[in-house]
Amino acid sequence: MTELHKDTGVFAQHQAALAEGQFFIQKCGDCAQHIYFPREICPHCGSDALSWVAPSGQGTVYAVTTVRRKAADGGDYNVSLIDLDEGPRLMSRVEQLQPDAIHIGLRVRARVVVTEGQGRVVFDAIDGGAV
Amino acid sequence: MNSGLKSLRGSAAIAGVATFGCGEAHGFTEMELLVRSARAAVADAGLKMSDIDGLCTASVGSTMWTMPVVEYLGIRPSFIDGTMVGGSSFIAHLLPAMHALQSGQCKAVLVCYGSTQRTASFGRREIAQARRWMDPQPYETPYEPFNPPSAYALAASRHMHQYGTTRRDLAEVAVAARAWARLNPEAFSRDPLSIDDVLNARMVSDPLSVRDCCLVTDGGGAYVLVRADRAKDLPKKPVYVLGNGTAVWNRQISSMHDLTVTAATQSGRDAYAMAGLGPKDMDMAQLYDAFTINTLLFLEDLGFCKKGEAGAFVQGGGIAPGGHLPVNTNGGGLSCVHPGMYGIFTLIEAVRQLRGEAGDRQVAGAQTALAHGNGGTLSSQSTAIFGTFETL
Repeated sequence: MTELHKDTGVFAQHQAALAEGQFFIQKCGDCAQHIYFPREICPHCGSDALSWVAPSGQGTVYAVTTVRRKAADGGDYNVSLIDLDEGPRLMSRVEQLQPDAIHIGLRVRARVVVTEGQGRVVFDAIDGGAV
Repeated sequence: MNSGLKSLRGSAAIAGVATFGCGEAHGFTEMELLVRSARAAVADAGLKMSDIDGLCTASVGSTMWTMPVVEYLGIRPSFIDGTMVGGSSFIAHLLPAMHALQSGQCKAVLVCYGSTQRTASFGRREIAQARRWMDPQPYETPYEPFNPPSAYALAASRHMHQYGTTRRDLAEVAVAARAWARLNPEAFSRDPLSIDDVLNARMVSDPLSVRDCCLVTDGGGAYVLVRADRAKDLPKKPVYVLGNGTAVWNRQISSMHDLTVTAATQSGRDAYAMAGLGPKDMDMAQLYDAFTINTLLFLEDLGFCKKGEAGAFVQGGGIAPGGHLPVNTNGGGLSCVHPGMYGIFTLIEAVRQLRGEAGDRQVAGAQTALAHGNGGTLSSQSTAIFGTFETL
């Protein structure tokens, strides 16, 4: 567990960690709830006693859509909402599967992709998506 | 709800409404559509622009929109509300305006809007790019949701998963809206539309096809709100505001706690409590249908059916002309008009219906109407309940 720095905001801290390939969420020292996206105060109790924690990385697809895009522009792609096992929900993509194979309830694991110095959390199906 | 709000029930009335340029309005600016609507609404109320001393407006593009509107109209209002909560703003403007009228801060409030979303040369693509800086959503943008449709598609996926709602149920909403639009000469899309047309339309963001998505049109709309005691001396039949409630729980769809339950549960509860009425008392519902899933969610969250049962509620033309509840009788955002933000048009249609001015689509004997606005990506909700003199 890492204490929040007080010399920068949590957005910059989170982006810096992502750029190094690390995915952190927050935990409230007062109400013990996990938090994502990162905030300066706890949205559950208002406390500022927040720490960074490394999540297990595992989660479940909560909602799913396939964004339709011309093949020339890269083709269709998935956008999902993922519920982390720790509780928080985030938007992401499930990759390495065809979009129509991604369904609500699919178990997934987080991976950080770093491109041009920017980190981004994406997910892969656990066990390749076998149901 | 604060019980003091009940004292405001019926304290104000809509005295004038107007639309202008709905559909395609080549050669007009947003301000011009707004001002032509505003002038017509003020005239409809039997007032002059110099009588207007309260002004509410909002714009997708301009963050200080009240100022150029005041300047253009040449008024010096003592009550100004620029609350911007997306498409529900013009419903959310009601309650603060009622407070201002009741306290004597002002005597006649003009609420107005205009958009050239369809024909403007600075188009949706440029606005989407600008918003990445003006209104950042850094935890969603990297994944490129095609918003707003993708956010509503995610909600639809969840409703289908939890409640067995089908794409055919969603299509029923679009087909009902079109059937109403065919009765409304002002509606933009009036060609016949079948369930199969919706199911076979080009997919945009699954499970939503292009026919599950609202129109992109131009259009302006305006209304004038005055105290009830003044409204009865003005030319048009007053439509009284019986209740209004507004709720915001989140901005991003990823921050919604439950994608099948919107803040309309709160805005509706507050509006009903102020009105002392419930969903069974409503003769119609004008629900902001940016996407077909909206109508299902709001039918449930506003109590017209139980959670998860809206699919069954709309089947077999349940909300079409001749169904068990008239919904979106102008054709809605899906088939009538949707210039960026649609909320004000739900209110204008409710007023036209309660005045008995709705022509072929008139709901016979209607005395109550619910108008509901939605903003952002299921982010803001505002519910208003209107009634004729008999409901006071």
